[in-house]
Formats: sequence, structure tokens, C-alpha cells
Amino acid sequence: MDAMTKSELIAKLAARFPQLVVKDAELSVKAILDAMAEKLATGKRIEIRGFGSFSLNYRPPRLGRNPKTGAKVQVPEKYVPHFKAGKELRERVDLDA
Amino acid sequence: MTLTKADLADMLFEQVGLNKREAKDMVEAFFEEVRSSLEAGDSVKLSGFGNFELRQKSERPGRNPKTGEEIPITARRVVTFHASQKLKSKVEENYGGAGN
Repeated sequence: MDAMTKSELIAKLAARFPQLVVKDAELSVKAILDAMAEKLATGKRIEIRGFGSFSLNYRPPRLGRNPKTGAKVQVPEKYVPHFKAGKELRERVDLDA
Repeated sequence: MTLTKADLADMLFEQVGLNKREAKDMVEAFFEEVRSSLEAGDSVKLSGFGNFELRQKSERPGRNPKTGEEIPITARRVVTFHASQKLKSKVEENYGGAGN
């Protein structure tokens, strides 16, 4: 199984838009990812119809352990990014559907 | 406010200088390429943002929450997203992280 990387994504998009220069595809991919990261970092949702939604999930504070020393440490509350696949993505990825 | 495809297209128009049509098509193509790759069984690694991966789930018992009737949840392939360390740190620093 091969993974698609950011540079491969840029190349595929550049091929789809022959009227644009490769730099435009590169700037577009970077701008889209930066905008999404920026939005999530301010606690806002992202909703891409047919693809999915990104939001933040709350993790309450907990008592953890330093795996090296075994010492107990208080892990503060935090928010972590969460993705939920949308209907079209779910259906296309599920081979048995 | 929630970020949508229309917002992303506006941004490509303003920041990258694509025309309105190209901007809308570029946003659509971006997500279509990610979907196609995943559909073909290939994960998508977007450095600095995160990875979209595939997981095979086997059948498991489930229930209709309304009727309580037992129905198996069939085996399926699903997409999971793992945020990069960079994105996780950005979220923690800016939003609800330690002490704010």
C-alpha cells in the first residue's frame, strides 16, 4: 500500500489544472492546510461536505506517569483535533458497501 | 464560525490569485484527490497537518438503540485521521491548553 504525500497531491492537482503553473497548486495546498489548521487552533469547526468534519475533542485533566521514571505527573486538560468522515467518503472507502 | 469549502475558495481567490472558478474547482479537486487515494486503499500523509489512514474493522455485535434489537455491525473499512504533532501543539497552545 502506497501513501500519497503532500508533494504527490500537489503534482496531481497541477496535472488537473494545465492552465495553472505548478507553483499555484503548491500555494493552494499550503493555503488550504494552513487555513484548516488555523481554524482548528482557534477552536472552530471545519465542515467539508462529502469529505468530513474536523472539530476539537476535550480531554479532561488526568494523573499520568512519566514512562521513564515512573513518577506521577498531573496531565492538564487539553483539546485534541478530531475528524469524522462524511457520507461520501465513508461509502467510497468501505469496500463491502 | 465554521470553515467551509466556500471559505477556502474565497481564500484561494484572495491569497493565491486563482480566479473564482479555479478557486472553487481547486478546493473540490483537493478533497477529491484525498478521497480517491483513500478509496484506492492508499493513506494520505500531509506533513504538518496529519495523516488519513484506513482501518479494517471486523464484524461486531450491535443493537438498534430504538428497539433494542440485536443486529450485527458488518465488517467495514473506515478512515481515521491522526493529527500531526505540529497541529496538536498548535491547538494546545492556542486553545484550552495548559492553564488557559
